[in-house]
Amino acid sequence: MAKERVAVVGIGQTRHQATRGDVSIAGLVREAAVEALQDAGMTWADIEAVVIGKAPDFFEGVMMPELYLADALGAVGKPLLRVHTAGSVGGSTALVAASLIQARIHRRVLTVAFEKQSESEAMWALTLPIPFSPPLVAGAGGYFAPHIRAYMRRSGAPEHIGVLVALKDRLNALKNPKAHLHEEGITFESVNDSIMLWDPIRYSETCPSSDGACAMVFTDEAGGDAATDPAWMLGGAMRSEPTMAPGRDQVNPIGGRECAAEVYAQAGIADPRRDIDVAEVYVPFSWYEPMWLENLGFAEEGQGWKLVEDGATAMDGDIPWNPSGGVLSSNPIGASGMIRFAEAAMQVRGRAGEHQIDGARVALGHAYGGGSQFFAMWAVGAGKPSS
Amino acid sequence: MRDVAVVAFAQSHHVRREQYRNEVELLMPVLHKVKSEVGLDQTQIDFTCSGSTDYLAGSAFSFVSTLDGVGARPPISESHVEMDGAWALYEAWVKIQTGMADTALVYGYGKSSPGALRDVLSRQLDPYYMAPLWPDSVGLAALQARACLDAGVTTVEEMAAIAARSRRAAAANEYAQLTSSADPEALLAGPEIAAPLRRHDCPPVTDGAAAVILAAGDRARELAARPAWIRGIDHRIEAHALGVRDLTTSVSTRLAGDRAGVGDRPVDLAELHAPFTHQEVVVREALGLGDGVTINPSGGPLAANPLIAAGLIRIGEAATRIARGDANRAVAHATSGPCLQQNLVCVLEGGER
Amino acid sequence: MTPPSPLTLPAALRDVEPVRGVRTPARLDYTFTAGRATSRFLRGIAGKKIYGERCGTCGKVILPPRGSCPNDGVPTSEQVELPDRGIVTTFCVVNVKFSGSAMELPYVCATVLPDGADMGLFGLVQEIPFDQIRMGMRVEAVWVDDDELTHDLASIKWWRPTGEPDAPYDSYREHV
Repeated sequence: MAKERVAVVGIGQTRHQATRGDVSIAGLVREAAVEALQDAGMTWADIEAVVIGKAPDFFEGVMMPELYLADALGAVGKPLLRVHTAGSVGGSTALVAASLIQARIHRRVLTVAFEKQSESEAMWALTLPIPFSPPLVAGAGGYFAPHIRAYMRRSGAPEHIGVLVALKDRLNALKNPKAHLHEEGITFESVNDSIMLWDPIRYSETCPSSDGACAMVFTDEAGGDAATDPAWMLGGAMRSEPTMAPGRDQVNPIGGRECAAEVYAQAGIADPRRDIDVAEVYVPFSWYEPMWLENLGFAEEGQGWKLVEDGATAMDGDIPWNPSGGVLSSNPIGASGMIRFAEAAMQVRGRAGEHQIDGARVALGHAYGGGSQFFAMWAVGAGKPSS
Repeated sequence: MRDVAVVAFAQSHHVRREQYRNEVELLMPVLHKVKSEVGLDQTQIDFTCSGSTDYLAGSAFSFVSTLDGVGARPPISESHVEMDGAWALYEAWVKIQTGMADTALVYGYGKSSPGALRDVLSRQLDPYYMAPLWPDSVGLAALQARACLDAGVTTVEEMAAIAARSRRAAAANEYAQLTSSADPEALLAGPEIAAPLRRHDCPPVTDGAAAVILAAGDRARELAARPAWIRGIDHRIEAHALGVRDLTTSVSTRLAGDRAGVGDRPVDLAELHAPFTHQEVVVREALGLGDGVTINPSGGPLAANPLIAAGLIRIGEAATRIARGDANRAVAHATSGPCLQQNLVCVLEGGER
Repeated sequence: MTPPSPLTLPAALRDVEPVRGVRTPARLDYTFTAGRATSRFLRGIAGKKIYGERCGTCGKVILPPRGSCPNDGVPTSEQVELPDRGIVTTFCVVNVKFSGSAMELPYVCATVLPDGADMGLFGLVQEIPFDQIRMGMRVEAVWVDDDELTHDLASIKWWRPTGEPDAPYDSYREHV
């Protein structure tokens, strides 16, 4: 029997910011969940199961926080799952929630992803030394910068490409009231002149550390038919590779390519650049946009940077990427993947407000994590899929 | 619903402290064994899902390094829950139900020895009101045991009998950590360590790993002579704060058991993830298991309690007895959180419908 | 869904400053097990030797060894002694301190591929101006003094250029 169709009928997000000192962890997740329920025209009683995701528990200092959050999520008496796949977790959480509908186990599922990085200290948790490996660099940028350098070498990309991406995403964020960073007056020069953190990554090309949560309500086909402006899931997939291994391509990981290929096959997408109207892609450091343009098949290998330079990924380009401002503008790590998935759904529902891409009917949501090794992606559409 | 079965199960030899092997080295032989039991390599496995927790490992993103023991090249369809492997099995079961996989590898592992487990588990509690008091896991279980005694749910004699029975049964289980031939009377002579709990009422601290292979329909029939079919599986969670729950009953176990269809037909045996003796009584009653049901023939968590693998092992042990023909219908139970806050129930049967 | 109603405080609490946050220090001590493969590797380091492990399935030399080949998921045990010389495959210049670090900024972190290995070690590169580091540069390890050698990768203080010609890009492009 074919999978049940999945409809996204409610979406909620907190206003992401550096420190949400006005809410507890429970308050943060509930804010996003309540917004999603209201958007769906539902109450807690309508939800049959909850799937929550977040990144390492050391970020908040709470072990297995779904136990503490059961009440806040209206999950008492219900099945509650907690997914953790490093940075891609927001995306994989959504996919696990969707599978409950696809398998016809539940008809209405709430999925939430969050990070409250201001509790405990995320920078400390990110730099927790792996036993028996001497700590050399602070933060994730130290891991990714050498691979960015490798991309620049392989592609021959000019040095200013990263700056263009950061500028684009931060300007887009000005149109997104939920985004963490609202840098009025940002310019090419202000980005370019910002301090180099891990050469070639500048301060202004780096994602912020945010408190934030995102939630979605999924229903089966009947629920989608009854809803206003549902987004329909067209495809979804996850892939994983080892962190370091002989022959691993860290710049254009095969896991990302294969994950995208499976999503495109499910969704009937033959040419991503032509068939997809807008993409929300996990770009935490600016140079990952050209790298992922190639990895996800929007550009030939070595050519991704040209799309950036040509403005193809700007809001008025032919394939806007991250009209929400992306991870570069808001990064509650555990939530970021789900925010990409949710923003993609918002686009095809026509609900993205000032950062709406006109006429968006097919959107890609993408998340990655770990050492560019965990991938979770989905495609959503305004129209119900044929199968 | 598709018919899904457990077709293979493997576990490590459970010990107090794995002194020489790290988590990958502990897990790898278990993964090899479970795959070789059904002659599958990683490329023939459609989906992989695991359970682990950073707080046992003392390291963020700890599940990432254990992927080195799986062989994730070409890239695999893989997911992870920061929960007991029983919930990873649930996620894999769901994936197979969607039709997007026919086979799945599930594993759960944890070394409890690096940290002080009783204190580590206090981090599972509400961070604003409870965790700052550092209530240790044995103390909280003792609160629940006191409530059970006061409510007449059980007696210290019955608890000692459960401990004695479990550790005696464990003698037949080569993987078990604790075995004992001590009588309940001898056990009761010992001191309380957290009244009313005595040492024998508590599970051991364990390092261990386990893995299961799931397969659907005809694939299962190809891979195993007598697949252990999952006829029902469900899980539920209760409120977090201990003060708002009735600790002498387990409503989530009852609900999950009803949904999984425990009571539909007679049960031969049950593997219950009740780490403390009084909890076995609570869970048994919640599942409505009568006196004729053999409980924890493996010795259960009182004989080996590798956190994060222990729930998955209950499913594996029950499935093994079905595969051997020792049972036709078995219930497996897994728990998570303080004082049985969250519970999963799985009903397994041998033979076709 | 109706929004939650605003809180009404009891009279006794109305002038009390609300608690906005609670600082609850937590400390957990862990004793880690290196594991057999890492122990063998670190014992080698204490003897100024770098050992990789060769995978019996794909034949590649894993570094640093972890007891398994990450591609094939099989145990590895065959020790391969590697020279403490190799090339920089890629690098970054770090300009941000982290707590506990004594490094002067900026400093260079690089992946160094010892000759014969199929994976690199992450390490510092010193004794060269940071803006002259390049991919393909040949380097050698600078160890701590013999009486300071220990079972820790920090026994390699850093890597420094040997002065030999850079390795051609094609010779290491698969590692980049």
